[in-house]
Amino acid sequence: MKVDRRSFLGLGLGAVAGIAISPVGAKLTDDSSIWTQNWPWTPVPPDGKITYDQSVCTLCPGTCGISVRKIDGRPIKIEGQDTYPVNNGGACLHGISGLQYLYDPSRVKTPLKKNNDRFEPISWEEAITLVARRLGKIRENQSPETLACITDTNLGSVAGLFAHFLAAFGSPNQLTMPELESWLALTAQTLHGPGRTLGFDLDNADFILSFGAGIIEGWGSPVACFKANSGRRQRGAKLYQIEPRLSNTAGTADRWIPINPGTEADLAMAMCGVLLQENLFDPEFAAGFRGGLNRFNAMVQQKYPVDQVAAVTGISAADIKKTAIAFAKAKMPVAVPGKGRGDGAQSLKEFAAIHTLNCLTGNINKKGGTFVKPVPGYLAFPDPVQDAVARDGTAKEKLAGSAQELVTKIHRSDAPVVDTLFVYNTNPCYTLNNPVQTRAAFEKIPFVVNFTSFMDETAMASDVILPISTFLERFEDVPSKAGFAGTVVGLARPVVDTVFDTRSPGDALIHLAKTLGGTMGKSFDWPDYKTCLKSLVPGIWKDLSKNGHAVASQGPPAGRVTTDFAFLAENPPTMQPQGDDDFTLVPIDNMRVASTVPASSPFAIKTVSDKVIKGRDMFVEINPRSATGLADGGFAIVTTPGGSVKVRVNFNEGIMPGVIGMVKGLGHKFDNKYVAGKGVNVKELICPVIEPGSGLDAAFGIKAKILKA
Amino acid sequence: MIQDKKAHKFGMVIDLDKCTGCGSCTVSCMSENNIPFKEDESDKKDSITWMRVYRLTNGKSFPDTQIAYMPRPCQHCGGKGGHGHSPCVSVCPATATDYGYDTGIVSQIYTRCFGCRYCMGACPYHARYFNWWDPVWPEGMEKYLSPNVSPRMRGVVEKCSFCYHRYQLAREKAYYDGVDEIEEDAYQTACTTACPAGAIIFGDLNNPSHRIHQIVKPDPHPDPLNHDVVGKSRNPKVFRLLERLGTNPKVYYMSEREWVRKLGDNYLDGEWEKVKNHYGSASHD
Repeated sequence: MKVDRRSFLGLGLGAVAGIAISPVGAKLTDDSSIWTQNWPWTPVPPDGKITYDQSVCTLCPGTCGISVRKIDGRPIKIEGQDTYPVNNGGACLHGISGLQYLYDPSRVKTPLKKNNDRFEPISWEEAITLVARRLGKIRENQSPETLACITDTNLGSVAGLFAHFLAAFGSPNQLTMPELESWLALTAQTLHGPGRTLGFDLDNADFILSFGAGIIEGWGSPVACFKANSGRRQRGAKLYQIEPRLSNTAGTADRWIPINPGTEADLAMAMCGVLLQENLFDPEFAAGFRGGLNRFNAMVQQKYPVDQVAAVTGISAADIKKTAIAFAKAKMPVAVPGKGRGDGAQSLKEFAAIHTLNCLTGNINKKGGTFVKPVPGYLAFPDPVQDAVARDGTAKEKLAGSAQELVTKIHRSDAPVVDTLFVYNTNPCYTLNNPVQTRAAFEKIPFVVNFTSFMDETAMASDVILPISTFLERFEDVPSKAGFAGTVVGLARPVVDTVFDTRSPGDALIHLAKTLGGTMGKSFDWPDYKTCLKSLVPGIWKDLSKNGHAVASQGPPAGRVTTDFAFLAENPPTMQPQGDDDFTLVPIDNMRVASTVPASSPFAIKTVSDKVIKGRDMFVEINPRSATGLADGGFAIVTTPGGSVKVRVNFNEGIMPGVIGMVKGLGHKFDNKYVAGKGVNVKELICPVIEPGSGLDAAFGIKAKILKA
Repeated sequence: MIQDKKAHKFGMVIDLDKCTGCGSCTVSCMSENNIPFKEDESDKKDSITWMRVYRLTNGKSFPDTQIAYMPRPCQHCGGKGGHGHSPCVSVCPATATDYGYDTGIVSQIYTRCFGCRYCMGACPYHARYFNWWDPVWPEGMEKYLSPNVSPRMRGVVEKCSFCYHRYQLAREKAYYDGVDEIEEDAYQTACTTACPAGAIIFGDLNNPSHRIHQIVKPDPHPDPLNHDVVGKSRNPKVFRLLERLGTNPKVYYMSEREWVRKLGDNYLDGEWEKVKNHYGSASHD
C-alpha cells in the first residue's frame, strides 16, 4: 500500500480523534492521579473507641496527675489530669511526650548480661539466678555491707523496697542521687530536727525571694510552679530573682539581681545580719530559736558585713539592705533555695542560710509561707527479717554520705570498696559531676546490676541489666515532694500492656529475694508487687485505688517549730569551685532539656533552640562584653580542670560578664540518634568538691577559660 | 451534620507575660497532630512545628536586658476587611487551603496540595511548613499516632488547624447530645489545654460570653486609620502581629510590657509613638 499525502493525513487525524475519544487516556490520568495520592508508606492509624485512663507521671519529682487518651486500648496522647491536686490539668512537655518513652529506640527490651563488653540477651530466670548467686556468695563471705545501692530517690515504696532489701541483706549502704528533695530534707533536719522536710506555699506568698530557684525552669513540681507564677502575676505578688544569668524566671520576675556565681550563701548570711541588726525578725517565732541565736548574730555581723559581702557577690551594699528589708517587711515572704531545678551541686550552708531568712521572718507554717512538715509517712513496712550476718552488716558504718562521695571513694581506693552495686532508675555515669571518673569507678566495681528502662551511660557500664517497665506500664505509689506545699500521694497505674519483656522493679526485687531464700525470702513474703503495695499503704489504699490519689495534708502544718542555729553559728566554709581561671562555667537548667533519668524525648529535643544545639554542636552563652577575641556563632574551646571541649559561642546580654553558661542534659552517648550525640555533657567539665560534714558535692560550676578555636 | 445558627470566629489570645517559654504547647501540638521528628531538628527552617515559640529580647545590654517568649501558631488570617482572602488562600492554585466562613479557620487539605509552596511565600508569619521528606517513626512508635489527623506525606505543606478535628468531635458530640451550641470548654485546642501557665485563651471572637471576646474586645467597626483592618482589639494591652498589613489574624497577643507590644511590627522611627495609644475606633470617638 502506498502512503500518499491523503492517507497520511487521514490516518493522522484518525489517530488524534481516536486518542481524544478513547477512554484510555482519561483512565490513565485518573489512575496516575489516584496512584500519586496513595502513600502506602505513610501509616494510617486505626480508628476506634476513645477512652481515658488516669495515672500519675513519674518522669520528674513533679508528680503530676495525667490523663491518657486511648483509642481501642492504644494510648494516643498524654494530657494533664484536671482534678489532680498538684497540677490541676496542666502538663509539661516531658510528660506530654511520655508515650515516646514506651517505644524509645534506647529501651532495654529483655534482660541482658555483659560478656566481654557485649551484651547478650538472657531470660528473667537466668538473670535473677545470676544475681542471686553473686549475692549468695557475698553473704557466705559474711560481708553483706559490700552490696551498695543507688536509687533516684528515697521516697515511695520502690525506693523503700530497695532499702528493705538492703536491710534484710545486711548492708547500710543505701544511697540516693542528689535531688531537690534530699537537700530540703537535709536542711529541715539541720535546722528543725529529723523526719521533716520543707514545702513552699508559692501559691499564696506575696514576696518570693528566689536564690536562683528556676521557678519556671523546672524547679520543684514544675507545673505547680508555672501555675503559681501565673497566679503571682495576677495577685501582684513580687518575685526577686537572684542569679548570674537572666533565666526565664529572672525574665518574668519583678527584679533580676545578678550575683557572682556561688556566692548566694554569703548573700543570705548578710541578709540575715541585716534583719537581726534592724530588729526585723519575728519575736514570737524567735521564742523557738535554739543553739545560739546571739552567737549566730555576732558571727554574721563580724564575718558577713554588708560592705564586704557586696564586694563578694557583686551586689551593691544598698541593694542588699533594701532587698533584705523589703523581704522582711512583706506580709508573706518566702525565700527559696535550690539553683535551677534544684538538683545540681550546691551546699547545705547555702540552703540553711536561705532558709534561716524564712525562720527570721517567722513566716513558717502559715498561709503563704514556708512549711516545715513531716516527711510523708504513709508506708507501713514490716521490719525486715534479719539473721546474724544481716545484723552485723547493717551495724557497720555507712561508706559515704552521698552517691558522689561513694564514687569518689571507689575511684581513689585500690582495694575493692563495693562488690556488688544495685542501680535503680538513675544514671550516675552521666548525671554526677566528672562522669569520666564515675565511669572509671564503675569499671572497678566487680558486679553492677542495673534496674533500668533505657540503655543509658550507666547501663552500658553495668554487668547485668534488669529491664524495668516504664511508668505507663506498671503500678507505683508517687508521693509529692521537692518543695510542694501540700502532701499528695498518687498512684501510677498501667495504661498499656508491657511493650517488651520488662517487669516492675518491685516484682524483680521480690523474685530476687525469693530466689535467695532464707531470711531474704521471709522479708519479701509477698506474691507480687501489687499485693505488696496494697499491704504497705493500708491507710490510703482505698483512696488510691478509687481516686488515683490521696491527700495527706494541705495548708499549713500544725504544731510549733524550733530552729537550731548550731550549724550556721559555726560558720561552715563556703566551697569554692575548682580551678583558678578568670571565667566561671555554670550549668544552665533549660526546661526543654531533661537532665536526669530518663533523658529527653525526641519531641523535647526538637523544641530546643538553635541557639543551644546546631547539628551536633552546642553553644555556650557568654556576655559579649567579656568575649574578647570571640565571634557570635563562632567556635571556641572551653577548658576547665575537668577537661576541654569545642563548642560554639552564643552572645547573650542576659548573662553576667565573666560567666560562661552551658545547658545541662545534652551530650548523651547512647544509641538514640534523635537524642544522643548532640553537644557536650557539661558535667564532663565540672569536678566535684565535697562539702565536709554533709558529704555533698557542693561547688556551683568551675573555673574555666575560653579561647577562639 | 448540624448547621450553626451563626458563624463562629475562633481565635486565640496569648498572654506573653504569663508565657514561660517552656514548650508544652509545641509538644502538645506535635503529639496531637501526628507531627513527626527527624534525627536533626536544629535547622529550624525545615523543622515542622505548627506551634513555634520565639524568644524576644528588648535589645538592651546587661543588666537592662529583658526577655519574653512568643508562641506562634497559624494566625488564621481573615484577610483584608476580614472577607476570607487570607494571604495563603488567595494564592493557592489547588484550593488546598481555604477559609471557613462558618469558623474563621484556614484549612489545609493535604491530599489536594501538590507542593508549589506559594502559600509559604505568601504567609507573613512563617506559619507554614513543607514536608521535604516522608515521615518516619522509629520502630513501634507509629502505635501512638492519632486517627483523628492524617499523617502527611512528602511534598505537601502543613500548618496549624486550630485542632479542627477537636471542633468536629465537639460538633458531633453536641449533635449527639441534642445541644444547639458548642460550649466554650467543649472545643479547645491542644496547645491551650496543655499550657501549664494558662497563657493561652481560645474561643469564639463572635461570642460575647467567651473569655477571648471579653479580653480582646474586638472592634465592631473597621479601623479608622486603615480600613483593611477589622476586629482590632480595644484592649490597650492586646496587639496583633504585623497588624497594618490588613491580614487580620485571629491570634492576638497580650502584654503589659511596651517593648513586647512594640515588637509586634517593624516600626520606623517615631511611628510607634503615633500608634501606641490607638486601639480601634473607640479611641477616636
